[in-house]
Amino acid sequence: MFERRMSRFWRGRSRSKYNVEKRVLPMRSMGFGLIALAALAFAAPSPALANEGAKHEERPRHFSWSFAGFFGHYDQAQLRRGFKIYREVCSSCHSIKMLAFRNLGEPGGPAFPADEVAQIAASYKIKDGPNAAGDMFERPGRPSDRFPPPFANEQAARAALGGGYPPDMSVLAKARGYSRGFPTFLLDGLPGLVYQEAGPDYIASLLLGYENAPKDVALSDGQYYDVYMPGRRLGMIPPLSDGAVTYDDKTPQTVEQYAQDVAAFLMWSAEPHLDQRKSIGRGVVAFLVVFAGLLYFVKRRIWASVHH
Amino acid sequence: MSGPSKYTPQSPFARWLERRLPILGFMYDSFVAYPTPKNLNYMWTFGAILSFMLVAQIVTGIVLAMHYTPETTLAFDSIEHIMRDVNWGMFLRYAHANGASMFFLAVYLHIFRGMYYGSYKEPRELLWILGIVIFLAMMATGFLGYVLPWGQMSFWAATVITNLFSAIPVVGNSITTWLLGGYSVDNPTLNRFYALHYLLPFILVAIVALHVWALHVTGQNNPTGVEVKDEEKETVPFTPYATFKDAFGIGAFLVLYAWLTFFAPNYLGHPDNYIEANPLVTPAHIVPEWYFLPFYAILRAIPNKLLGVIALFSAVIIPAALPWLDFSKVKSARYRPWFAKAFWVFVAVGVGLGYLGSQPAEGGFLIAARVLTAYYFFHFLVLLPLLAKYEKTRPEPASIAASVAASQAVAEDAAHV
Repeated sequence: MFERRMSRFWRGRSRSKYNVEKRVLPMRSMGFGLIALAALAFAAPSPALANEGAKHEERPRHFSWSFAGFFGHYDQAQLRRGFKIYREVCSSCHSIKMLAFRNLGEPGGPAFPADEVAQIAASYKIKDGPNAAGDMFERPGRPSDRFPPPFANEQAARAALGGGYPPDMSVLAKARGYSRGFPTFLLDGLPGLVYQEAGPDYIASLLLGYENAPKDVALSDGQYYDVYMPGRRLGMIPPLSDGAVTYDDKTPQTVEQYAQDVAAFLMWSAEPHLDQRKSIGRGVVAFLVVFAGLLYFVKRRIWASVHH
Repeated sequence: MSGPSKYTPQSPFARWLERRLPILGFMYDSFVAYPTPKNLNYMWTFGAILSFMLVAQIVTGIVLAMHYTPETTLAFDSIEHIMRDVNWGMFLRYAHANGASMFFLAVYLHIFRGMYYGSYKEPRELLWILGIVIFLAMMATGFLGYVLPWGQMSFWAATVITNLFSAIPVVGNSITTWLLGGYSVDNPTLNRFYALHYLLPFILVAIVALHVWALHVTGQNNPTGVEVKDEEKETVPFTPYATFKDAFGIGAFLVLYAWLTFFAPNYLGHPDNYIEANPLVTPAHIVPEWYFLPFYAILRAIPNKLLGVIALFSAVIIPAALPWLDFSKVKSARYRPWFAKAFWVFVAVGVGLGYLGSQPAEGGFLIAARVLTAYYFFHFLVLLPLLAKYEKTRPEPASIAASVAASQAVAEDAAHV
């Protein structure tokens, strides 16, 4: 088996899990090398890729996220709505094992009041033990507990769900993304252009990407056609429908809204300290810019008398 | 640096210590009085930046090690424990992971600076070779560290890289089994990778000490490539001149480092590494960290596995032979017009190989990787010796002082116009 895997590696794989950028834009040339490279890159798409083009997934949509960019922070109301969707819809199949109930009350998250967190925790049954008699027992959850999984193990999940195994959602928003292609990926790290939201964009798009399968696409049992899924075949039944989850505020109860809210919640679950990270980061970067600036003037002063 | 110490102990304690262990004098001569050419540009601040990064990686790494569990069923969760529950854990981990990238960015700039200004030439050959050894040790450390989070890319990178050794004829498979501690990447592999990832940085510190020692014996090269002739006129003492220039360099570098750590911490990572390692599922597309991509492209460009592995290791080690491949007496590319062009083409080829390393090895990408791989070796083995022999170089300035005076005259002329 090992050898077979390795031989696959040596030959390279023809189909990427992510979007393979088919169009390679010309780059600003720095020398003959780059020009030659650009020419080669133009010729790059292989016939295999071109034929598969029709079945390739679409690029995820871009949503406007409150947590994007230099001043980004989570929208508390959105996280609460997203949690409601997770609890009422996703959690019947997907575990979120790294999240603890106490996290729901922490600042920079849904920030539920302590009594509400305790209430939420108590609504879950947690397996504990062994007790003094040596038996395992169930008790109501406490804020310090982590969310219990919907299935005892992978096999139980597969048996119940017709062979599928829904991934754990704890860090899902960071474990998904898509290839941004050249040269966009170079810009994604730059101040002002920074793009770190590929995960939530992909997840929200996926939830909105269900369509009726075209005639030439054969789906097996339990598969659904989703234009954003690599290969366009998705083993998850469309989980959301308009009005399925009741919001307490006036937010529209549409799939469009649900998809974004739950994706935002999953981003928070994957990165619960994002608000803190960005606010400290603003201070650190501001300090360093000033500090480096001062060092520059000190250096100039010291070097003023040196002819160099 | 060599010769009698310029240090005069001031206090009775310093005099007492200096007679028994001249460590104060050593520090003074190395980091205060040490003469540095006054015409160095900011490309010469990367030595200090790299020293800073090495210390930063060791400090963040040691604290991370206090919270990490090197066991296959716990490693992935222990990383998330660091990210979620350890005080400042998220910052430590992001600073360490992005610190590795910044370390490599700085080392590549440092190496390219050495190539452009001919810093590898007589009498700095050993200094240069020690640098390549540091680069090798960094690559090993970076690779070992990438395995520790035990994500999908960690696991498959470990599988791919250890499998390279199986290409060695006859004993290859035995060596691979020995390296892995079994027949596939598993708990013994993770354990030893963790132990080695902790060990190697300290070996790096030792080689860096030799590198700095060798530097302080020969003195720094400078943009003219002409050796210092008049220490009085052409050099300035390390402190305060180089110290504050380096401090500014580090400060500016830290802005970029902090930006990445706080605002784009996963920009250089791969989403698949947030999926726990699974030996039964191969990622669609196994890619290493960005700083290995050019070498990965070279590996995959060669259709034969053994030759691919040989090409990979040769590509890393061949720069160590630069002092003999490029035997031109003129050091700096400033006075070597054709060498300068060849240098920039080489940089472009390196960047191009990096891009190709991130793409699937097929079709046009594969052809391009083969062309660029061939060029990579052509640059070292053919182009540089030919240029060294036949290139008509421009006249070098008589001295650093003459070069500085000339450029000032030009600047003054420009000011008058």
